[in-house]
Amino acid sequence: MDMKANKKLGLKERYALMTRDLEWDTTYEPMDKVFPCTSYEGIKIHDWDKWQDPFRLTMDAYWKYQAEKERKLYAIIDAFNQNNGHLGVTDARYLNAVKLFIGAVPHLEYMAFRGFSHLGRQMVGAGPRVACLMQAIDELRHYQTQIHSISNYNKYYNGMHDFANQMSRVWYLSVTKSFFDDAYTSGPFEFMVAIGFSFEYVLTNLLFVPFISGAAYNGDMAAMTFGFSAQSDEARHMTLGLECIKFMLEQDPDNLPIVQRWMDKWMHRGARILGVIGMMMDYMLPKRVMSWQEAWEAYYEQNGSALFNDLARYGIRPPKVGQLAAFEKEHISHQLWAGFYQYGALTSFHTWIPSDEEMDWLSSKYPNTFDKYYRPRWEYWKEEAKQGRRFYNKTLPMLCQTCQIPLLFTEPDDPTQISYRDTEYKGEHYHFCSDGCKEIFEHEPEKYIQSWLPAHQIVQGNSFNPGTDPTAPDFDVVGAVFQHYNMQHGRDNLDFDGSEDQKNFAAWRAAATKN
Amino acid sequence: MSTIDLRTVSITPLRQTFDHLAKRMGGDKPASRYQEATFDIQPVENFQYRPTWAPEFEIFDASRSAIKMQDWYALKDPRQFYYGTYTLARARMQDTAEADFEFVESRGLFDLYPAECREIALKFYLPLRHVAWAANINNSAVAAYCYGNSFAQPALFACMDQLGIAQYLTRLGIAFGDTDALASAKKAWLEGPEWQDLRRLTENSMVVEDVFELFLAQNLVFDGLLFPLAYSHVENALTTRGGPLVSMLTRFQSEWFADNGKWVDATVKTAAAESEDNKALLAKWTCYWRDRMAAALKPIAALALGDQAEGVMTEVVDQFNVRARKLGLPV
Repeated sequence: MDMKANKKLGLKERYALMTRDLEWDTTYEPMDKVFPCTSYEGIKIHDWDKWQDPFRLTMDAYWKYQAEKERKLYAIIDAFNQNNGHLGVTDARYLNAVKLFIGAVPHLEYMAFRGFSHLGRQMVGAGPRVACLMQAIDELRHYQTQIHSISNYNKYYNGMHDFANQMSRVWYLSVTKSFFDDAYTSGPFEFMVAIGFSFEYVLTNLLFVPFISGAAYNGDMAAMTFGFSAQSDEARHMTLGLECIKFMLEQDPDNLPIVQRWMDKWMHRGARILGVIGMMMDYMLPKRVMSWQEAWEAYYEQNGSALFNDLARYGIRPPKVGQLAAFEKEHISHQLWAGFYQYGALTSFHTWIPSDEEMDWLSSKYPNTFDKYYRPRWEYWKEEAKQGRRFYNKTLPMLCQTCQIPLLFTEPDDPTQISYRDTEYKGEHYHFCSDGCKEIFEHEPEKYIQSWLPAHQIVQGNSFNPGTDPTAPDFDVVGAVFQHYNMQHGRDNLDFDGSEDQKNFAAWRAAATKN
Repeated sequence: MSTIDLRTVSITPLRQTFDHLAKRMGGDKPASRYQEATFDIQPVENFQYRPTWAPEFEIFDASRSAIKMQDWYALKDPRQFYYGTYTLARARMQDTAEADFEFVESRGLFDLYPAECREIALKFYLPLRHVAWAANINNSAVAAYCYGNSFAQPALFACMDQLGIAQYLTRLGIAFGDTDALASAKKAWLEGPEWQDLRRLTENSMVVEDVFELFLAQNLVFDGLLFPLAYSHVENALTTRGGPLVSMLTRFQSEWFADNGKWVDATVKTAAAESEDNKALLAKWTCYWRDRMAAALKPIAALALGDQAEGVMTEVVDQFNVRARKLGLPV
C-alpha cells in the first residue's frame, strides 16, 4: 500500500519535501538574529513560500550530471594539451584575449562563489537558499575549470604567470574587481539583481559570444569546451536571476523603485565592463565573430527589449543605460583599444595596430564612425611606429570614481570631446566618466569614497614593493609599479609586433608544418 | 589545422606553472589540479569597499575567527578535492545509494521489515533531516566567511553534502511509503520533548559568530557525536533486530562521515599545531560543544536504544575524546 502512495508524489511535491520541508522557523534564537541581512535594504517579503523554484535539482542528480560533464571536459582538455592544441589557434594575437580572460574572469567567478555562499546562508526561504548554494558551487566549478583550461597556455606564453596576484593590483583589473566587490558588499537582494539578473540574465550572451564563440572561431578548443560545459549551469543561473526579480516585484509594490534603481545601476556598471568585451570582439580576435555593435543590438537591444517589455507589467522601465549605449555602441570598442594601446607598457598582454584588412573590416562594420574618428588615429600611430616612435603613454590617467575606467569615453553628443563629470562630497572632489557613474556615487557616497583607485594608490605610494624608496633621485615610478605587479618588461607587455609570443608561435608552428 | 599533426612538435615550455604555485612549491614545477584550483585564489588585499552587511570586516577578513594562522593555506584537504574530483567521488557514492534504494524498493523489502524497527527508524532518523539542514546552513556560513580558499572550498562541499544527506533521509521517509511520517517527524522536531535540546543546540550554533568555532562545532563535534550514534550504534541495533534494510538506505551517510572526517581532522590538527593559543581555544570550544551535544543526544538515543542508550552515549563520547586527543586537543 505504501509503495503506491509513493508513486503519486508529483515532481513538485517531491522536490518541496526535499528542500522547503527541511526548514523551520527558529524559536530558540529569533529569526532575525539567525537571518539578519534580508531587511536592511528595504525590500519587503511577506511570504517566502511564494518563491517559485526556478529548477528542481536534488543533490544526487546534481552530482551525477555534473560528474558526467566533468569527465568529458577534462578528457578534452587533456587531449588538447597533449596534442599541442595551442598551436592550432588562428594567430598568437588571440592569446591576448586569453590573458585578459584569466586576469579578470576566474576572479569574478570566485567572488560569485563566495557571494552566493553568503546568500545561501542569509536568504530566509529554503527555495532561494538552495538555489543560491547550487549556484555557489557551480561558480566554484567555473573558476576552477577556467584555470585548468588555461594552465597549459601559461606554460608556453607570457602574461598569465601571476594572474592570482595581479587580480588585486593591476590598474585595469580594478575595473572588474570593483564591480564584483561592489556586488558582494551590497545587500543580498541587490547582489541578486547585480549578478543573478543583470550579469547572468541580461548580459550573459554578450560575454558568451566573444569569449566562447570567439574561442571556437579561433581554434581554442580548451576555452571553448569549458565555456560550452558551463552553459548548462548558466541556464539554471539565468532562471534564478529572473525568478528573484519577479519574486521581489510580486511581494510588495514598495519594492519596485528599489529594484528599478538597482537595475539602472547594475546595467550601467555591466555595460561599462562589457566595453572591454567589445574591444576584444572588434580588435583582439584574429577571426571575428561579429562586431560589438551587432552583438549589442542583437543581445541587448532586441533580446533585452523583449525582457523589459515582459517586466513592464510590474512597472519596470528599461534601464537608463540603453540611451547612453545606443550612442556608445559605435564608439566604445575603438576608444578602449586606443586606451590600452597607449598604456601598453603597463599591461600583461600585448597591444597592436589593426592591420589594413582589419581596418577595412572596422570601416564596413562602423560606417558612421570608424573612418571619421578612429582610422585617422590608427594611421597616425602606425606612421609613428614605423618611424620608431611607437607611442606609449607614461602619465597616470584620471579614473572614474565608480567604474574605475580611465576617463576616455566621449560625450554622447560629441565624439571629439572626452566626457567628464564631477562632484563634491565632504570637501573632496570626485570624478566620473558619465552621468550614470556619477548618479551611482551620489546615491551611496559613503560606499564609493572607499574606492581603491589604482592611479591614486600609485601616487600615494601604495603600489610599490616593500623597501622601495620613492624619494630616491632616480626613482622610476612606472618601473616600481611594474615590479609590484610582477610583470616582466619586454615579455608580458609592449607591442605584439616583436614580442616573444609572436616569435615562439611562429617558430613552433613552422616546426609543425615544415620538415 | 586538422591536417597538421601538432603532436610531433616537441617544445620546451617557458615555465611549468603559475608564479604563486611555484612560490608555494619552492620552485617552478608542474602543479596538480588540486593545487591550481585551490591556492591563493581568494583575494587578500586592496578590497574596494566594506560589506554593507558587516562593515566591521573587510570582504575577506581573518579576524572573523580568534584562531590565528600564519598562512591559512596550511589548511589543506587531504582528499585533494577540487570540483571535478569532488563530483566524481560523490557521483560514485550516489550510484551505490541509488542501487540500494532501487533494490529495496523492487524487492518489496519494506513489507518484510518488522514493524517495531520501522517505527524506530522513522522516529529516530526522519527528524535528523532537519539536523542536516542546520548543518547545511552552518557550513554555508563557513564557506562564505572563512579565510582562505583551501578552507572555503571543502566547507562548501560539506555544505552541499549535508543537503544531500537531508535529502537521502527524506527519501528514506518517502521510501517507507509514508509522507505523513515526514510530517510527524517534523512535528516531533518542533515540539517533541526528546528533540528540543538538540533543536535548541542547532539553533544556538547558527548564531555563532566566530567562523572557526562554527566549523569546529558543526563538523568535528556535532557530526562527530551524531554520526557514530546514528550510523553505527542505532543502525547496528536495527540490523540485529530487523536485518540490514536501514543500513543500506543510510550507507551514504556512513561513507560520507568517514570521508569528510579526513578533511575535518586535517584542518583541526593543523590549526591546533599552529600555536598553543589555538590549541587552548580549540580544546575549550570542543569541550563546550561536546558536553552540550552529548546531553542533547541522550533523549533521542533513548528513543532508539532504550535502556542501552546511556552506555552507548558513554562509548560515543569516549571515542570522540580519543579522536580529539589524536588531533592534539587536550580534552
